[in-house]
Amino acid sequence: MTTSAQTIANRRSVPIFKRAPSTLIRYAALIVLGIIYAFPFIWMVSLSLKPDTELNQIPPQLIPSVLTWANYPNALFQPMIYFPTYFLNTIEYVVLAVLGETIVSAMVGYSFARIPFKGSSLLFGLVLSTMMLPTQVTLIPQYLVFRDLGWLDSLKPLIIPAWFGGAFYIFLFRQFFMTIPREIDDAALIDGANHFDILWRIMVPLSVPVMVTAIALSVVGRWNDFFGPLIYVNSVSKTVLAVALTFFNIPGEPSPENLLMAASVVTVVPVILIFLFLQDYFVQGVTLTGLKEG
Amino acid sequence: MAAHALNSDKYTRKKPAITKLDLIGWAFVSPWLIGFLVFTAFPFVASLFLSFTDWGVVGNWHWVGTQNYQNMVNGTDFKFFTAVRVTLYYAVITIPGSQIIALLLALLLSRKSPGIAFFRTLFYIPAIASGVGTSYLWALIFSSQGGLLNTALGFFGIQGPNWLYSLTWSLPALMIMGMWNVGTSMLIYLAALQGVPQSLYDAASVDGANWWRKFMTVTVPMITPGIFFNLVLGVIGSFQVFTAAYIITNGGPGDATLFYALYLFNTAFQNLLMGYASALAWVLFLVILLVTIVQLAMARLWVYYEANAPTATGPR
Repeated sequence: MTTSAQTIANRRSVPIFKRAPSTLIRYAALIVLGIIYAFPFIWMVSLSLKPDTELNQIPPQLIPSVLTWANYPNALFQPMIYFPTYFLNTIEYVVLAVLGETIVSAMVGYSFARIPFKGSSLLFGLVLSTMMLPTQVTLIPQYLVFRDLGWLDSLKPLIIPAWFGGAFYIFLFRQFFMTIPREIDDAALIDGANHFDILWRIMVPLSVPVMVTAIALSVVGRWNDFFGPLIYVNSVSKTVLAVALTFFNIPGEPSPENLLMAASVVTVVPVILIFLFLQDYFVQGVTLTGLKEG
Repeated sequence: MAAHALNSDKYTRKKPAITKLDLIGWAFVSPWLIGFLVFTAFPFVASLFLSFTDWGVVGNWHWVGTQNYQNMVNGTDFKFFTAVRVTLYYAVITIPGSQIIALLLALLLSRKSPGIAFFRTLFYIPAIASGVGTSYLWALIFSSQGGLLNTALGFFGIQGPNWLYSLTWSLPALMIMGMWNVGTSMLIYLAALQGVPQSLYDAASVDGANWWRKFMTVTVPMITPGIFFNLVLGVIGSFQVFTAAYIITNGGPGDATLFYALYLFNTAFQNLLMGYASALAWVLFLVILLVTIVQLAMARLWVYYEANAPTATGPR
């Protein structure tokens, strides 16, 4: 009778076809579920390459008879849909918002983690509670404030508030900074550094991983943001990709599925690429905020 | 005289009420605080005020007291009940459903085997890509003319319904789409599963437990913090579903998918009834607050934190 430890040790050297059925079932389930999860994306690409004659075909073929690559330039550069503008608008929005949000949230998060100032627990509790606030309850007065500031029909209502920090990112940075040993702070304080120095010269270089996490999560959130631009941007020329996708459906005409899917693919690919290259940071971000208490 | 000499005030310096450290701390926090006051606190209070008016952007407005709230409850605004019903129905089905799927996926991914990272990526990508593009994709998947789902069902001999134009199947369609999106919950469960000590499983094996018993007596209790976190987030998220409803069905057919957030949006930005919309927003806020408080209170009963476990020398 082998002990568990020995079973585990043996498992490593056993070839896959001789392994316990549970492993095979596991992989089979993963493959089936994987196909189900991946298929929508495969379908998306397939639709994007279909010629106009094959839309709505019954039954649908996975591989179009003609790989209509022309759908992509057509979708992106049709007179009504001017992709480069939307792309640049989206980039501008993402870069400015992420920059502000990350820098300020890092600063604020640092103070909650390292500076024992009066009221910090109370304020941090306040930060956390705003994370649970539904956007709708501040939406209308916010809209009116921006209207009175003359910021309507632009991306300013979305970019400028980001420069005041974001609750989730403040939380993320605070959790991270709390994992750094205090000896480092103390050594610097003894050497005469003030908190600002500590933050910039010591913490920031150490916090590259969490910075990347924050930036990655923030970029994805902003890139996909639909509701914000929908409300605050009216002019067709100033809006972002997410909203521009809705311009394909002209009421009264059949929707150009293949072009719409082509444009959607282009919208989705950058975000997927960012994720693919920075996966570990995403995972770290979710777990750093998800399970540690206090 | 001797007592006077011992008066400690003379020999200890009183701590100043506000130290330099406090000022530095406040300075660091000030950007967030200012933003909070301007963009959160003020609108929060203002919308409460608005909810007691009939403000409609243009024209005169009046203070109407609780009339907005009464209209919701007494049936004057029947769409309110529709929106609540749709959103609740969606939440009640999707939250448990997606948690089960997320946990299942996490369990499948929890053993370090070759290729696991690939699947983890695969299951998380829908959550990353989620937005307008994927909403349109799902609209096409559910299409009754050559849509992917009905074609797949056809392979099994099932005649799929006309999903997006059916009163009974349009909401389930959105639920299905919602359950494709389990990436974040799955990651939380993965992390939680990795925190379960192997020694517990080994001990259970020694006691002769099979996989189901191990799951129910070791795994589930140890991951209750993760379940709790996902439930809280799940409630908050499902009450605010907007993009999919707006893009795919726009509340239709016939308000069958009139999610609360969509209804609020229409009321505010299409019907321009901003006073009433503020009331709707406050109802949403209060409901979420109530549910979250109840969840927090009940957590004590079923959530197990390792840090609070009794040690050999007694409870911590």
